[in-house]
Amino acid sequence: MKWLPAFVFSALLVAVGPARAETQLTFYYPIAVGGPLTKVIDGYARQFEQEHPGIKVNPIYAGNYDDARIKALAALKAGQSAPLSVLYSIDLYELIEQDVIVAWDDVTTTPDDKAWLKVFYPALMMNGTYKGKVYGIPFQRSTIVLYWNKDAFKEAGLDPERPPANWNEMVQFAQKLVKKDAAGNVTRWGVMVPSTGYPYWMFQAFARQNGQDLMNRDGNRTNFAHPDVIAALQYWRDLGAKHKVMPEGTVEWGTLRQAFTEGKTAMMWHTTGNLTAVKDTAKFPFGVAMLPASKQRGSPTGGGNFYLFKKTTPEERKAALAFVKWITAPERAADWSMATGYVATRPDAYATPKLKEYAASFPQAVVARDQFEFATPELSTFQTGRVRKLLDDAIQAALTGQKSPADALKAAQAEADRLLKPYR
Amino acid sequence: MKHVYGWLLLAPAAILLVGFTHYPAVATLIDSFFSTGTAVRPSRFVGFDNYAALADDPIFWQVLGNNLWFALGTIPAAIAIAMVMALWVNEKLPARALVRMAYFTPTVLPMIAVANLWLFFYTPQIGLFDRVAALFGAPSHNWLGDPDLVLPATMVMVVWKEAGFFMIFYLAALQSLPPELAEAAKIEGASRWYFFRRVTFPLLMPTTLFVLVNATINSFKLVDHLFILTKGGPDNASSLLLYYIYQVAFSFFDTAYASALTVVLLVLLAILAVLQFLLIERRVHYR
Repeated sequence: MKWLPAFVFSALLVAVGPARAETQLTFYYPIAVGGPLTKVIDGYARQFEQEHPGIKVNPIYAGNYDDARIKALAALKAGQSAPLSVLYSIDLYELIEQDVIVAWDDVTTTPDDKAWLKVFYPALMMNGTYKGKVYGIPFQRSTIVLYWNKDAFKEAGLDPERPPANWNEMVQFAQKLVKKDAAGNVTRWGVMVPSTGYPYWMFQAFARQNGQDLMNRDGNRTNFAHPDVIAALQYWRDLGAKHKVMPEGTVEWGTLRQAFTEGKTAMMWHTTGNLTAVKDTAKFPFGVAMLPASKQRGSPTGGGNFYLFKKTTPEERKAALAFVKWITAPERAADWSMATGYVATRPDAYATPKLKEYAASFPQAVVARDQFEFATPELSTFQTGRVRKLLDDAIQAALTGQKSPADALKAAQAEADRLLKPYR
Repeated sequence: MKHVYGWLLLAPAAILLVGFTHYPAVATLIDSFFSTGTAVRPSRFVGFDNYAALADDPIFWQVLGNNLWFALGTIPAAIAIAMVMALWVNEKLPARALVRMAYFTPTVLPMIAVANLWLFFYTPQIGLFDRVAALFGAPSHNWLGDPDLVLPATMVMVVWKEAGFFMIFYLAALQSLPPELAEAAKIEGASRWYFFRRVTFPLLMPTTLFVLVNATINSFKLVDHLFILTKGGPDNASSLLLYYIYQVAFSFFDTAYASALTVVLLVLLAILAVLQFLLIERRVHYR
């Protein structure tokens, strides 16, 4: 009876669908709430339509990344798919396993188009490439950076222009930055690293800095139990448990930005996607730096890519290619980066006069780009939801002191091995 | 022709019920005996494999345990507070309508909005609770980041949200009680507590049963707050059964296993409902 709901649904859609005089380009775009970003996207869509008569662009705003993926896949199962979608970069393996996307290599025919696939930062292509083919074109992409409160640094007798460069310095600085009231209660913490929402993402930075990646490029093996990975989690836990420079337990992702702008923590690790919001609300001078190094610097990339769905007509594919090429052009990439704080996805965007000028007046905006040199792709494997949750739970169990980092990570690795065995 | 007419009257409700309640329930049961299909490996019959996996899944047992504590912690508290509030606003108070409305306000707010508010109440240091506690020199608590505190913290919020809703039912019931009873008790010289214990409380029993059934269902159904507050963390300490089902179905895309979990939830609720009706039926005073 699986066909029944699908049939009813598509019958309804056919009944209300408009007559097609032009190519309709519907795409799902993940956004939690309306506001500035929907306006930017709508503006791009209208501008593109003016320049390309015969193509109509309909963005569908679909909640967060999970919601967007669920909606896109549900529409697909119901036989009515959008040709194009911005989805989480790490949904790649899931979408391949469901066999719903095509590689951009397969729709680019001219040498010009082929060259276009190579203009983006290589660090951003790692999450979008599978077996040598490009499936995801980077669009709204971010990395993790360190924000620091310059006033707090001054107050603690530190050089306000020098952020910590390595793990030892971060602990030393943070210890000086902790402030307590007369009763001994902490009124300002040294550093906060969020551990709800996306713990695995933050942890990838620690692991990378300690010289380890958490998964292989084929997405069928994880590396959670390596001694250096365990040491990385131990360091994270020690920030709260041993050095007392971070609250014990987990640190909430959603309220961390306020904790920083209210001066309750002197440093925080957070996504560059927050940059514009911090800039607008912080009442003190703040700096943005690359994350500190242990053996090396490192941060995962994150964010959303453009995917092209398999169930598309040749016209739709052509229109989709034209649109994605247009929206990722250097001027648009520069504009998008300034509007949001996301990184511009290609080097030549940073050579545009607009972005050059912006970077000169607000140098914090280019830190994320400079960090690409040390970037690693975001955790993404087959069975990605499960594997990610295994790691999230292990991290939280270690940070809350329920398990030792070694026990937690070894258990997660064993379980991940079991899940991924069929894909090797 | 009479029965055709009858069926026609039933049809709208029946179609909706079958389409959106009974068909999905049966389909879920059937799906729970199949594996999750992908493009490469189509779905196949696996018998009770999904249920065996469930018995071995430590997270399932943890969220089930959490859910039972959640039910035990929220249901009696919400009902007791609702009853006390109803008795209070049933008296002749100044600005009675205003007080009633104030108690009812949390119910009107969407859970997502409430959770976003409480997220900031619970934020260490800058949150409402920590600021109030700081006035008395108490140290800051990481309410949602401590596995021992997080479940009680979400329970407090849910009690606050639910009590006002149940109060409305008690208030309606109180107003339908005949005033002669109170007058007679007064003449007999019964104390207020005695009157409540021997007259009001027994007469409220049908309402209590209704509220109890609703509260129990809600304690398994209400998970909206987890999306905002904790995402089930830290390490599943605040996760509930329905939230886990959501994660399995839409984050892991394991629809077969999610179906098995859903069947467990349905059976659990059915058993609870039957038990409640059987046990309390005997004590309920119907006129």
